[in-house]
Amino acid sequence: MSAETIEKAIEKKPAEALLSKRRKKLVTDPLVDENPITIQVLGICSALAVTTQMKPTLVMAISVIFVVVMSNLVISIMRNTIPSRVRIIVQLAVVATLVTLVSEVLRAFAYDMYKELAVFVGLIITNCIVMGRLEAFALGNKPYDSVLDGFGSALGYSWIILTVAFFRELWGSGSVFGIPVFDYVSGIFGPDFKLATNGLMVSPVGAFIILGLIVWVQRTKTGYVEH
Amino acid sequence: MQQSNAYIITFSVILTVFLGLLLSGTSQVLGPLQREAEALDKKKQILGAVISGEEISAMTPEEVNQYYTSRIASVVVDINGQEVTEQDGVAVSAETVDIAKNYKRPADQRLYPVFIYHAEGNSDDVESYIFPLYGAGLWDAIWGFIAIKTDMNTVGGITLAHAGETPGLGARITDPTVQSRYVGKTIFDESGELVAVEMQKGEGKDYTSNPHQIDGMSGATITGKGVNAMVKNYLEHYKAYIESKKSSQAVAAL
Repeated sequence: MSAETIEKAIEKKPAEALLSKRRKKLVTDPLVDENPITIQVLGICSALAVTTQMKPTLVMAISVIFVVVMSNLVISIMRNTIPSRVRIIVQLAVVATLVTLVSEVLRAFAYDMYKELAVFVGLIITNCIVMGRLEAFALGNKPYDSVLDGFGSALGYSWIILTVAFFRELWGSGSVFGIPVFDYVSGIFGPDFKLATNGLMVSPVGAFIILGLIVWVQRTKTGYVEH
Repeated sequence: MQQSNAYIITFSVILTVFLGLLLSGTSQVLGPLQREAEALDKKKQILGAVISGEEISAMTPEEVNQYYTSRIASVVVDINGQEVTEQDGVAVSAETVDIAKNYKRPADQRLYPVFIYHAEGNSDDVESYIFPLYGAGLWDAIWGFIAIKTDMNTVGGITLAHAGETPGLGARITDPTVQSRYVGKTIFDESGELVAVEMQKGEGKDYTSNPHQIDGMSGATITGKGVNAMVKNYLEHYKAYIESKKSSQAVAAL
């Protein structure tokens, strides 16, 4: 008898679709409307620092996606056991462990990237996006939703830094992913034609300018106004 | 119950132990791979002083190792240029000498490895001598390798690396265009005094007529000074070895 009622109870509440509308919104919202960098203005430090070239930026983006998704998952699973008085320290311990794992793996398998990114991978710990998502979402939601939410936010971060890196590498070093685009283009138009690179783009100032332009374009399109 | 001190302490202890075990386990598993990657990176840096960075990055790890074995010989010398084969009863080899650890000792007690770049398979046909460098930049340690040609005067190339210089400013010492400024400069002046090569303040000037000066890095004057001090200091430390090679060449020429 009791087994029957439980079965009925489950039937009454059909499981939410794996990618229901609400869940899709968790992923897509942070891409534009709630973008962590351009709207919430979080994680600017690394967005400026690592974006001189595409390749390290991509590694950084993947690292951030891993850390945000995994920490959201872990914290969400533990959310009912974490004592609220020490929750920040618990979050920090989990995030720091994940970041250390990423940096150890990079050191073993991609030493050149590790050398280039070492400081910034370590600084993911202090990236406000990570702690922000844990506090705002993972502590109060189920694991799967938290994973989607973290993935969305990290993706929002990633596409912005990759865009910044694309323009900075193209205009600053004349290449994309290390492929010398400017040299090819110059080659087409003959030996007298030369595309010049802009040294400003390689310096952090270049990132400010590109990021500012992206924010400008985005806010013009979405009509977002800060209050 | 969840708010009681006992629960909080138990929770924290379990979490700490678990995360600690996870991290130390990872470090144990990945340790050998990391040491291998570091050794390979060191070889790349040494080779970087004599061949171009593009050539090196085009090589697979096996090719780097093979190239290194067939082209680089090494000795360890002391401050007087005398070869050292063991220290405190332990045999020493240039590859295992830790420059950073030696840097902490007084200069006259350090071990000084020399990497000899020679023609393939013939270690007597020397092309250049590569000396390690180590010093302080603006924020943290800087290090590198400098190649001196067989006239014991001309710089064949340099590789520089750093632990934490400012990206875009001091970190530019790793930039090939900055490093290429050293090529062809000389370290001894006409009277035979060791003057090394000095990076100047400011950027964009032409120093082709001065054999001991190179263009600086704009916005990174202190890192530049660190590099200058490092190059000068280490060439001083290797001076006895350099002089001995010079005189043996003079004898051979007679």
